[in-house]
Amino acid sequence: MRSARLLRRFGLVLVPAVLIAAAGVSLSGASFERADAAFCNGAEPSSLDPQQGTGMPETRLVRALYEGLVVSDPRTGMPIPGMAESWSTSADGLTWTFRIRAGSRWTDGAEVTAHDFAFAWERLLDPRTGAQYADLLFVVRGARAWAEDVGEDGAPTRTFASNVAITALDARTFVVGLEHPVDHFLALAVAAPLVPVSRHALEAARARWPDRWQVEWTKPEHSVTNGPFRLVERRINDRIRLAKHEGYWDADEVAFRTLDVLASEHLATNLNFYLTGEVAYLDEVPVSAIPRLRGREDYRPAPYLGSSFFRVNVAKPPLDDVRVRRALALAIDRQEIADKITKAGELPSFSLVPKLFAGWTGAELRRSGSLADDLDEARQLLTEAGYGPTRPLPPIELHFASQATNKDVCEVIADFWRKELGITARLRNQEWKVYLDAQRRLEYDISRSSWIADFADPATFLEVFAPGADNSRTGWSDARYGDLLERARRAREPERFAILAEAEALLLTELPILPVYTFTVTSLVDPRLGGFHANPLDDHCPKFWYWKPDAELAESRAGNDPAIREVESHGPREGLLSPAEQRRRASR
Amino acid sequence: MTRFLLRRLAWAALTVLAVASISFVLMRNVRGGPFDSERRASAAVEKNLRERYRLDWPTWKQFAAYVGPFELGEHGPAFLGGDGTDTFGGVLAGDFGPSLQYRDASVNDLLAQSLPISAALGFLALSWALAVGITAGIVSALRRGTTLDVALRITATTGIALPNFAIAGVLVLLFAFVWPILPVAGHGSWRHLVLPSLALGAPFAAYIARLTRTGMLEALGEDWIRTAHAKGLPPRLVVTRHALRAGIQPVISYLGPAAAGVLTGSLVIERIFAIPGTGSHFVNSALNRDYALAMGVTILYTALVCVLNLLVDVVQASLDPRIALEDES
Repeated sequence: MRSARLLRRFGLVLVPAVLIAAAGVSLSGASFERADAAFCNGAEPSSLDPQQGTGMPETRLVRALYEGLVVSDPRTGMPIPGMAESWSTSADGLTWTFRIRAGSRWTDGAEVTAHDFAFAWERLLDPRTGAQYADLLFVVRGARAWAEDVGEDGAPTRTFASNVAITALDARTFVVGLEHPVDHFLALAVAAPLVPVSRHALEAARARWPDRWQVEWTKPEHSVTNGPFRLVERRINDRIRLAKHEGYWDADEVAFRTLDVLASEHLATNLNFYLTGEVAYLDEVPVSAIPRLRGREDYRPAPYLGSSFFRVNVAKPPLDDVRVRRALALAIDRQEIADKITKAGELPSFSLVPKLFAGWTGAELRRSGSLADDLDEARQLLTEAGYGPTRPLPPIELHFASQATNKDVCEVIADFWRKELGITARLRNQEWKVYLDAQRRLEYDISRSSWIADFADPATFLEVFAPGADNSRTGWSDARYGDLLERARRAREPERFAILAEAEALLLTELPILPVYTFTVTSLVDPRLGGFHANPLDDHCPKFWYWKPDAELAESRAGNDPAIREVESHGPREGLLSPAEQRRRASR
Repeated sequence: MTRFLLRRLAWAALTVLAVASISFVLMRNVRGGPFDSERRASAAVEKNLRERYRLDWPTWKQFAAYVGPFELGEHGPAFLGGDGTDTFGGVLAGDFGPSLQYRDASVNDLLAQSLPISAALGFLALSWALAVGITAGIVSALRRGTTLDVALRITATTGIALPNFAIAGVLVLLFAFVWPILPVAGHGSWRHLVLPSLALGAPFAAYIARLTRTGMLEALGEDWIRTAHAKGLPPRLVVTRHALRAGIQPVISYLGPAAAGVLTGSLVIERIFAIPGTGSHFVNSALNRDYALAMGVTILYTALVCVLNLLVDVVQASLDPRIALEDES
């Protein structure tokens, strides 16, 4: 009884006390000064290690923390000098020599050298790194063979330096030899996994924490980066605080002293963050909000290098008949899907490759003209294939992952097929990873899919369906297609685009995929945020961002369509310019 | 008392072990793996990743290595050092291993960062739920049948019926947009916890109000209450010192499940308010097939629920002289 009384006295006090302490701990050091700017970055990045990263959240952070040989011009999207101040190509197009900028520093003060690039690229290729994007460098001479020839322990059996044409001649000369001439090599070099990592910092981390350096070296207190910003604090699923990196070669042109990167996946929450001025930019809004955002000056939908299509299991009857596939491809009301379901003004697509590359026309699904004509042809094709009212097409399953608008899109298509072609199409909904697994095992009829460009070139789409490629997942393997791609790999511009277009034409004749639309990003951007430009890769480097002062804001608004609704900005009225820009404006 | 505690703790340990082993096996048999993605890595890269996280081992061996600090690797830890992954110390050594999804963090890091936040949120939610719920319950019971009672009961029923995300939506609309006095979401100060804890606690407050009302009504009808009144005790004292102590018993028993409910139920609220708590790991780890993190959260939650239930039993015994812990043997 005495113990019970003791418990009564202390237990009741102790439990809340522990919880209050926990509350205190959870909030201690939790509040930050408001950063100069913040943006929503979607899911928590899986890694800040540039070679390990995969998706958009990781890429956006790499753009802030690191800088590669070249970066995209925010206006034109063309590669402009980054860590490489200049470059040259040999006459045969096989050797690229990059001159690394002198005086650019890592956050620990050391100079960025060509050796850091060689080290990072080797690391990307090494299968032990587990880098999803290792294949970006397979255009480099010897790279693929080196990465794929591994011993029992998973380590490459051959030495890197003597087998792969990636060389740091000296601290400032970085030389890359290619298998074939690659005229779009700079577009590839922009890719986030190709940024350098600090060789000395990583080697020191490996020596200091032999069995847990991966966890340690990306922590803010140990992180060493070379980009416009450095890592100050990271709270998983909350925010990453960045601060301007003063040792960055172009620091004078960076306006923001601090920048917050918010990790939050819930689209409605992100929209709320934006509407209350917590963030200046977010890249996706809920579809249900689009009709109300349309016409606002800060709602900036833009076509995106992503293709929405259906994979077709070409091994499975009746879909093994190309006439059936073609009938189905023709009988999709793409405009209706864009207008009623996805709503962001997606461009109806009749090709795999979005028509968003300079100089690229590509191929299209052959059509007779209007949708009505297409439907006539579709019915005709089904009749030719032996299907009709007396012998209907066996039921087809539309397979999709339970996310966003997938279900609605599939319903519209199934309904249309039923009405127009008399086809029974059932919907099969699976959780994301199960869906991926089913797709990989070809356990589907027709499966909703998408592909996002890794870099700004049509090959990033067309290579997906190369015979034997890891991500084809349609059962389609056509030697003619493989030959065309191989020819394209060896060709120079403009011949290369012509061959790629030929490959796409073949793909759209054989139809292992049914194209639907080209993605649109639905960004919200504070009207005062300067240096932000929509581009097809949706690649934004916060290095270029600044707050427009009142005068500039008024000026940029003057050019707006009068139908566009102005909205209140949450940025500072006096603006925030980079030191260099401040001087330039003062002297004017 | 000590024997009781020891026995309960032993049972708790068994429960955790059972839950852990079942989850471990179930999880590895769910379709799809941690490295499945729209853009798959090459076969060589994937093979290395599987080896790094020992997914190429038979399940029993993975489990043994997971539970205990046994070194079962053929290549030794140096192999794992190939790209710097935390070696697995084993749960018994307090090491939940590396997360498969967040490659920069160990499961220990992730839990240490998120649990205090979830605990703070849950504590606030439960505190106000108790304060408001008990008060409303008492008032309801004392004013039985009046308009006030009916109003409180309707509110309570609504609170139970409404899912917490609906309440969250209304709260955000009211206090972040219409009358912007609180942040719309996020984490960083006590102000960020107000709306989420209100939304999270609302259904519990409502339920507690109903439990208290029922408990109080029953207690107020007891003979010893009449005795207390007859002895001339002021009504306030009769209620607070005598009736409440008995009437609140159902609420105390409910505290265990409620605490567990607040913890596991916070995942929706954490998502809506972008709170970096354990709830989001609970969901995302399953979706990402992040086996290590999912196991970590499962074990942690199981242990917490066991401990909370034990605490409730102890508190209950200390409040009600009729319950003696020793008697259970």
